[in-house]
Amino acid sequence: MKFDLDEQQIAFQQGVADYLAAECPVSRALEPHDHGKPDFALWRGLMQLGIGGIVVPEEHGGLGLGLLDLAVVMEPIGRHAAPGPFLDHALGTLALTVAGTDAQKAEWLPALATGEKRATVALAEGKGEWFADQWTMEAKPTLTGEKHHVLHAEGTDAIIVGLAGGRLALVRGDAPGLSVTPTLSTDAGRQLCTVAFADTPCEPLEGAAGARLVDAGLVLLAADAFGGASRAVDMSVAYAKEREQFGRPIGAFQGLKHQLADMAVTIEPAVGLYWFAAHVWDTDPAAAPLQAALAKSLITENYARATRRMTEAHGGIGYTWEYGAHVWLKRALFDQAYIGMPRALRARVADLSGW
Amino acid sequence: MAIDLNFGPEHEAFRREVRDFLSREWREGRDAAEFRETAVAAGYLYRAVPRRFGGSEQAPDSIKASIIAEEFARARAPHEIKGVGVQMLVPTLLERGEEWQKEKFVRKTLLGEYKWAQGYSEPGSGSDLASLRTRGELVGDKWVINGQKVWTSYAHEADFLFALVRTEPEASKHAGISYLLLDARQPGVTIRPLRQITGGQDFNEVFFDNAETPADWIVGQRGEGWSVSKSLLKHERNMLGGIDRSEAMFDSLVKLAQRATIDGQPAIKAGWVRDRLAALKAELEMQRHSGHIQISRALSGGDAGLLQMMGKLVQSNYAAAIAETATQIIEDEALVSPVGNRRPGNERWVMQYMNSLAAAIAGGTSNIQRNIIAERGYGLPRDGE
Repeated sequence: MKFDLDEQQIAFQQGVADYLAAECPVSRALEPHDHGKPDFALWRGLMQLGIGGIVVPEEHGGLGLGLLDLAVVMEPIGRHAAPGPFLDHALGTLALTVAGTDAQKAEWLPALATGEKRATVALAEGKGEWFADQWTMEAKPTLTGEKHHVLHAEGTDAIIVGLAGGRLALVRGDAPGLSVTPTLSTDAGRQLCTVAFADTPCEPLEGAAGARLVDAGLVLLAADAFGGASRAVDMSVAYAKEREQFGRPIGAFQGLKHQLADMAVTIEPAVGLYWFAAHVWDTDPAAAPLQAALAKSLITENYARATRRMTEAHGGIGYTWEYGAHVWLKRALFDQAYIGMPRALRARVADLSGW
Repeated sequence: MAIDLNFGPEHEAFRREVRDFLSREWREGRDAAEFRETAVAAGYLYRAVPRRFGGSEQAPDSIKASIIAEEFARARAPHEIKGVGVQMLVPTLLERGEEWQKEKFVRKTLLGEYKWAQGYSEPGSGSDLASLRTRGELVGDKWVINGQKVWTSYAHEADFLFALVRTEPEASKHAGISYLLLDARQPGVTIRPLRQITGGQDFNEVFFDNAETPADWIVGQRGEGWSVSKSLLKHERNMLGGIDRSEAMFDSLVKLAQRATIDGQPAIKAGWVRDRLAALKAELEMQRHSGHIQISRALSGGDAGLLQMMGKLVQSNYAAAIAETATQIIEDEALVSPVGNRRPGNERWVMQYMNSLAAAIAGGTSNIQRNIIAERGYGLPRDGE
C-alpha cells in the first residue's frame, strides 16, 4: 500500500519549483498582465530542464512516463502562477503520444520534447462545448470552422484539433486557410486565441482519443489549481504573521485565523484527488472521466474561493496591482472555467455515477 | 510506483485469515463477551494492550487494524467496546498508571464490566478547560472533592469517573490539576441527566459534594493531571474510520435521493440534487485519499500531521453538508418529528440533522479545531495567552 509521490516525482517537482522560485517572482508573473504579451522564456527554461519529454516515449527522446509524473510538475507551475504555454504544449504533446501515427510521432515528438517545436490543442466550439461528445467539426478532408479559447495559437507549430466523434487531427501552424486572432484574457499569463479554419488541410491522428485528451486536461488543471491554492494559503498565512494591527500580528485574531483554517481544509486534503485522477488515467482509462471530473471540479472551485479570501485577508494591499494577489485570483478563474466549469463537470459526475 | 492501493500479499493473507476466523467463530446471537475473548485470543482486538491486562499485545500495524475493522463491520461481529473507558482511560493508564491501577481497572474495562465517564468540562471551563475549578483536597488517606462537571456523557451508566481536579490551588493554571479516578456511585456524587436537542439523554451534570476517593487513585503525580490527560499511547489508529462514516452517510443520502420525489420526479433527477451529490462525492473522495496519504506516510515513517489535524473539522463539515442536502430533499417531511411518531419515514433525517451538530461540538468544537489548525498547523500566534 502506497499513496504518495515517489523519489523521482519529488525530485522532478522540486527541480521545477527551484527553477521557478529563482526565475518567477511575483513581478515576473505580473509582466504579461502589464504588457499583454505572452511569456515564452520561462517555458523554454523548463523545457531545458526536460519537462517536455516526461510523457514522450523513450524511442522519441523522452522519458516514457505517465500523466501522474506530468501532473506533479504542473503543481509548482500553478504554485507560481507561471505565465507560458505549459498546459497547451503538454496537452498537444500528450495527444500525439497517445494517438499520433508512427510517422507523426517520429516527426513531432522529439522536437516537442525539447521545446524546439511548440504544440497546442483546440477543443471548445460554442459556449461550454469543451467535451469530445460535443464537437462537430469534421475533416472533409479539410477543416472549415472555428475553435475558441485555444492557448498560445499564435506562432505555434502544431494545433491538435478536436473533431466530431472524438477524433483528433493535426493542423500545421503554417497551414493555408488558418487564421489566429488573440483575445486579451483575464489570466494574461495564458494567451487565448480564436482559431479559424477555411478549407485548411489537416492530418488525422489515430482512433478517437479526444475524450482521453480532455480528461488529461482536467487532471493538469486540477494539479495547477492545487499548486496555486496551496500558495494562496501560504501567502495568506505569511501575511497574517507579518502584518501588525492593535499591537499584534493580525494572525493572532481568531476571526482571521478561522478564515484561514477554513480555507486550508478545503485545499490541503485535496492533493490526493489529482494524484489519483492522474494515476487512474495512466492505469484504468475507463475510470478516468469520473475521477478527472471530481478532481477538477473540487480543486478549481476551492482555488477560486481561496484566492478571493486571500485577497480579502490582505486588506488594501491585496487589492493593489503591484502586490500581485490578482495573478492567482485570475489564474484560479481560468482553471475553474477552462475545459468546463465545476457545475458542468458535476453534471458529468452525476451521469457517470448512473444517478 | 507512486500509488498502489493494494495492501500487498502479507496483508491480503491477513484479510483472509480474519475472514476465516469470522466465518468460524461468529454467528448472530453468539454471546458478545464470549466472542470478544476469542477474538482477543486470536489477536484481533485491543491490539495495543498487553496480554496480562486482557489485550492481545500485537505489534502496531495500522493496515491490519483497518482490515480488522472492515471485516468485523462486514460480518456485523462485535468489535472493541466503545466509550471513553476503552478509548481514553485504558491508553492513559497503560502510559502513566501504576501497576496496581492497570491490574485493577484495565481488564474489566475491556470486558465492559467497568463503565467509565470522563469528568473534564465544567460550567465555566469548556474550550478553556485548564481554568477548571473543581477542587480536590487530601484529607488523611482520601481525596475530598467538591465542584461540578458538565456534558459528562454516559455518567448515568458509569461505575467510575476519571476527572481533572484542581488539587494545587497555589500552582499556575495548568500545573494545579491532578487526574483522579473515583467511584461514580457514592453519596457525594449526584448525577443529573441533561436532555439533548434530539430528546435523548446521553450526557449529564455531575455534582461533587464531599465526594471521596482513596489517596492513591491518582494517575501520575499531583499537578501532572494536564499532561496525563494529554498523554497518548503510541497505539495504532484506524485512519479510515472517519471515511467509513462519511461514506455510509453519503450512500444513505444517494438512496434517499433515489427514493424521495420532488415535483413528482425522483429527487435524484433534479439538477440541483445531482449537483449537490456530485460535490459531496468529490469531498468524500478527498477524505478517502487524505486517509490513504496518512496511512502511506505512517507506513513509511513519515509525517502527515497537517492532514491529521484537519480530519475532525473536515468530517464534521461533511456531516453538516449531508444534513443540509438531506433536509432540502425531504422537504415537508422535515416538519415531522423523527421521534415519537408511528411512521418511520424520511423524517429520520431530521435526527441526522441534529446528530451532525454533536459531531461539530463534542471532543473539541469546530472553532477549537480551527485554532489548532491555524496555531499548530500553520504557526499563527496563539490566542489570548
